[in-house]
Amino acid sequence: MAKQKSESSAAVADAVCAPEWTDILRQMILIRRFEEATEREFRRGKIGGYLHVYIGQEAVASGIISALRKDDMVYSGYRDHAHALALGSDPSRVMAELFGKATGVSKGKGGSMHLFDVEHGFYGGYGIVGGHVTLAAGSAYGLRYQGTDRIVLCYFGDGAMNIGSFHEAMNMAGLWGRDGMCPIVFIIENNGYAMGTSVERHSALTDLSARVRAYNIPSEKVDGQDVFAVRGVADRLVRQVRETGKPACIEAVTYRFSGHGAADVLQPYRSKDEVEEHRHRDPIVILRKRLGEMCGLSDDDVKKFDDEAAERVAKALQFAEESPPPEPEELYRDVVAE
Amino acid sequence: MAEKSYRDAIRDAMMEEMDRDPNVLIMGEDIGVYEGTFRITAGMLKKYGPKRVVDTPIAEAGMAGTAVGMAVVGLRPIVEMMTMNFSIVAADQILNHAAKIRYFSGGQVDVPMVIRGPQGAGVQLSAQHSQSFESFYGHFPGLYVVAPATPADAKGMLKTAVRGRDPVIFLESAALYGMKGEVPDDVDFTVPFGQARIAREGNDVTIVSYSRMLQVSLTAAERLSKEGIEAEVIDLRTLRPLDLEPAYTSVSRTHRCVVVQEQWKPFGAAAEIAASITEHNFDELDAPVERVTGEDVPMPYARNLEVLATPHEEQVIAGVKKVLYANG
Repeated sequence: MAKQKSESSAAVADAVCAPEWTDILRQMILIRRFEEATEREFRRGKIGGYLHVYIGQEAVASGIISALRKDDMVYSGYRDHAHALALGSDPSRVMAELFGKATGVSKGKGGSMHLFDVEHGFYGGYGIVGGHVTLAAGSAYGLRYQGTDRIVLCYFGDGAMNIGSFHEAMNMAGLWGRDGMCPIVFIIENNGYAMGTSVERHSALTDLSARVRAYNIPSEKVDGQDVFAVRGVADRLVRQVRETGKPACIEAVTYRFSGHGAADVLQPYRSKDEVEEHRHRDPIVILRKRLGEMCGLSDDDVKKFDDEAAERVAKALQFAEESPPPEPEELYRDVVAE
Repeated sequence: MAEKSYRDAIRDAMMEEMDRDPNVLIMGEDIGVYEGTFRITAGMLKKYGPKRVVDTPIAEAGMAGTAVGMAVVGLRPIVEMMTMNFSIVAADQILNHAAKIRYFSGGQVDVPMVIRGPQGAGVQLSAQHSQSFESFYGHFPGLYVVAPATPADAKGMLKTAVRGRDPVIFLESAALYGMKGEVPDDVDFTVPFGQARIAREGNDVTIVSYSRMLQVSLTAAERLSKEGIEAEVIDLRTLRPLDLEPAYTSVSRTHRCVVVQEQWKPFGAAAEIAASITEHNFDELDAPVERVTGEDVPMPYARNLEVLATPHEEQVIAGVKKVLYANG
């Protein structure tokens, strides 16, 4: 018995200590440093419009996207920097987009809310809450229609679950799934708030997964601060959805450490104590500790990852700063096909 | 050439395109098993099966939004709105998504999709089922908006719509579904967008219209001819992009112009058309451009009131006489 137990622990340690997890940690650190920089650049006036950062939620993007295949598709709402970076978008081109430059992923025509990088499987970046969920379901149908086994991930917040298009999309996904025609994983980024309105105040039923199940779509709740837990569910559901063509949902319970947007400074809807309490469950710290305890990851290693991320972000900022703005003719391009 | 109804021309266009390209599919409410409220899709489910003839729930936002997602991965969905009145439930999906993602993605995706269905006054359908949407959709860049007036154009323009790379709002007139006309048999017969045509030649006045009001204008022109007034009638065919060149040329000759639309006057298509003609032909006009439109009220149910609310030949004739200063 004892021997068996120790073998299984060794197996867990092997899995946890696979190089992939170090890569995920590095990615999450990069996303964090990148977005901290965007907050500074917003205050400096280098980034305009709206800016919604993902700080605190990184495990939800990295943990699920890392379970995908290169040819899968991802849709997101407006809090979308992390998804693009997790998919492998060039941080320099993402930063250039935020700076409104011609070299941006969307040629400077989308901005923070409309990152788009088809080459890396990122299909946006949408600013109307819940509006993109229908698109994602349609793409999933399309992928099956074409006879592929590609799948779609569709991220949205708890706040997206009260608008009509969301429910129309879920119902159609549930229906199409019966025929194996809707290979999609929905992800509820349940960070507790629709802007400043808490789940208790915006949802008649606070069990969000139960609401998804009403559409004949299985939904699993997971600790969104623990990237191991997130990835575990993702691996299973991604495989299942790819095999069956039936939709599934992950409710990742998470928390955003920053305001809703860069202008949300006062945050009257939540207390400082509440934010502090959640900061103790920082997904990057949780992963770092786990890798330290189980795999001997040292503080020096982490420092190296941090420096590496800082350097990458500095390079992205320089690229964005030095890139030219779009040509005036760009104004008229891409309205319709030429 | 064969004589076909406007309804059959639309069905033929869809079926020929589905035969030609496996990426074309149609979705909508009760289009399959029920065979369509207006029977446009009769027989299609049997021929193409449920994956390509998709019966949807009553969920216009779901239909339009999923079609955008299909288009993005290379399908060419045709969404049938049972009537275009219901399409405004999907306004966010059409206006904020279909019309804009090419632009805000910096041109990374094509959005080849068609949203089609009937609009305009029927017979006693009352306020929620009688509206026209050309100025509503025509306002938004990123869309094509077309409104064919004949069976041939219905077929040729629908084919152009299906083969395109952008979202097309294809406005049909339910009142024209039974109308017959010559339609080319060639499966590759298409009518390009943004090309108005002269539907009737004349030298005394220019009437500009589209869709069902084009037919009303032609009837009015025949009656005017009996009084010695020869109207040139321009069929715009496409509202976005708007091709006003034939109208400009015509007005240069006639110096008088009447624009006819079924929808309400304020902020309507005729306002845009009249303003453009006024800008372009300002020095050549002998009278202000006249707008003949529906009355500015929700559509009433009672038949007599409904008739009063929609423009007919009499209003077009009165408009022509007004710009000719020929009243009384």
